[in-house]
Amino acid sequence: MRRRSTFTFSMLCFGFAFLYIPIFSLIFYSFNKSRLATVWGGFSTKWYGELFQNELIIDAALLSLRIAAVTATMAVILGTMAGLALARLGRYRGRTLFAGMVMAPLVMPEVITGLSLLLLFVSLEEMIGWPAGRGATTITIAHITFSMAYVAVIIQSRLSSMDDSLEEAAMDLGSRPFRVLWDVTLPIISPAMVSGWLLSFTLSLDDLVIASFVSGPGSSTLPMVIFSKVRLGVTPDINALATIIILVVSTGVLLAGILMHRQEQRRLRDEQMAYSD
Amino acid sequence: MNDQAQSTQYEDRPWLDPKAEPFIEIKGVTKQFGSFTAVKDVDLKIFKGELFALLGGSGCGKTTLLRMLAGFEVPTFGRLIIDGVDMTEVPPYERPVNMMFQSYALFPHMSVEKNIAYGLKHEGINKQEVGDRVAEVIDLVQLGQFAKRKPHQLSGGQRQRVALARALVKRPKVLLLDEPLGALDKKLREQTQFELMNIQDQVGITFVVVTHDQEEAMTLSTRIAVMNRGEIVQIGTPTDIYEYPETRFTADFIGSINMFEGRVVEDKADHVIVKSEEAGCSFYIDHGVSIREDSTVWVAVRPEKIMVDKQAPADGSHNVVSGVVQDVGYFGNHSLYRIELKSGRIVHVSKPNERRSSRRERGVEWDDEVFLSWEASSAVVLTE
Repeated sequence: MRRRSTFTFSMLCFGFAFLYIPIFSLIFYSFNKSRLATVWGGFSTKWYGELFQNELIIDAALLSLRIAAVTATMAVILGTMAGLALARLGRYRGRTLFAGMVMAPLVMPEVITGLSLLLLFVSLEEMIGWPAGRGATTITIAHITFSMAYVAVIIQSRLSSMDDSLEEAAMDLGSRPFRVLWDVTLPIISPAMVSGWLLSFTLSLDDLVIASFVSGPGSSTLPMVIFSKVRLGVTPDINALATIIILVVSTGVLLAGILMHRQEQRRLRDEQMAYSD
Repeated sequence: MNDQAQSTQYEDRPWLDPKAEPFIEIKGVTKQFGSFTAVKDVDLKIFKGELFALLGGSGCGKTTLLRMLAGFEVPTFGRLIIDGVDMTEVPPYERPVNMMFQSYALFPHMSVEKNIAYGLKHEGINKQEVGDRVAEVIDLVQLGQFAKRKPHQLSGGQRQRVALARALVKRPKVLLLDEPLGALDKKLREQTQFELMNIQDQVGITFVVVTHDQEEAMTLSTRIAVMNRGEIVQIGTPTDIYEYPETRFTADFIGSINMFEGRVVEDKADHVIVKSEEAGCSFYIDHGVSIREDSTVWVAVRPEKIMVDKQAPADGSHNVVSGVVQDVGYFGNHSLYRIELKSGRIVHVSKPNERRSSRRERGVEWDDEVFLSWEASSAVVLTE
């Protein structure tokens, strides 16, 4: 084996340090006894206890999760329909325009999306009285708007790599187009739909800017609460909250990795089996 | 001769029977994609129980024609009639036709059994019968032990058989096969070829096969339609197509052939003589072609119909030319010779190695001066 060069190795360490030192220091300070976030006052887990006493944060977290779940589900439904239309309707007039318009929210600055949605909601309320005031509903609608664009892109790219003859075969075997969609297309693109759902869920959970524009009194999402608290000074309970979030996310990523590795192993075994008999 | 005797006479060759009703009739079908014409005014009659091959290079329109039979494309002009019913605009899910796709198109999320049963699921047949019919075709294609596997757990040959079983279980009137053996390796392909013929014989369904492989078409089919640039160039039995090509395209596309340009010097009812500068000899062909004398024609001779000898044949006025051996390719069962004529043209000759080559007796070798000759019935005159 070739000896590792010291230079490459130190560059690697530097890179990882750059990425992870902030995160580790955050985790470290979440166990700080002191009220001041930057002064070490001994080990303690009291901020975790306090966090679960703080109704403001718990409510915000629950609201965020609820909005994220509804957003992800709706975005998958609408995004899948858009993706199917883009990938399967063939060439029709205005296809390029439509495709571009679906993708637009991906590149639009969040501030503009947020502002335009706010204006829409305000004028809608004046005209038809719905949505009455701004709150969880308007945040959900706003989140669906930009999440479905991501889902549409994922679904479309999955469909374009799918063998068209699968759908033709189902049709050839006597299934009407709707049955073909249900029996063949949807099961095959279901992994893409799952990843679209997860992505929308994360995007919605993560969003601060758009939510700030379209939220109303009494409906603050978790990022909004964190942001407003931090503006008054970083407190250790926020560090504790962040640590929990990091823990949840890294467990999720690790689990996904293990699952994918297992699946790959099984696929290899299956292939060997196919050619051994 | 009474009708009974006549129908038995044509049993194997319904296309010769003037009274036979075609099972599939393609009438003046044209398919355009934008300004591109994929299929141009095709007329075709296919009879019940045939194994009909559409043969041609890529982009000749054979697959488009097949897709129109399946219902995935609607012809721009013309009609398609299957078993007396006009199917031109009937959607694929209502046609008594099934297709085996080139990619096999097996549903990856279903087991072999489920894949095969899929076509029966929405037919309103009871579970018991579905099970019986699935078991029957699984037996037919010998997949019993793989019934519970998913497609990705099968080898290429097994997948091919699942695809065939899935199409057969519906008991279609016509089975369409798009390059059925294209994805298999050579050895498996030869074996599967015969399996396919046996299965067709057992089920008695009319097969229409699309292929670019002329060997596959020759061994499999009762008749072949050779296609070029969206048009059918020639329809006939494999023997007709090989031995009596009507155009230079067919002659060149099927097998290998030596083609020489020449001038008709004599055209009688029972023979024609063509003089060719390119070959450096004159051809005597034992049938008339009724063409104006002095017009340009092409004469084609298959490599295996040419005899190679170191001595000049006794009658040396026609059908003889001399040359020098450039190359010998030994293939075991036969040898290929590349012989350069005086005109510089290379002629291909193939010769079966009937006897074991002995070390003492020297056969035709590199740089030998040899005489090539052929029978009066071997050469084909092509006018277009």
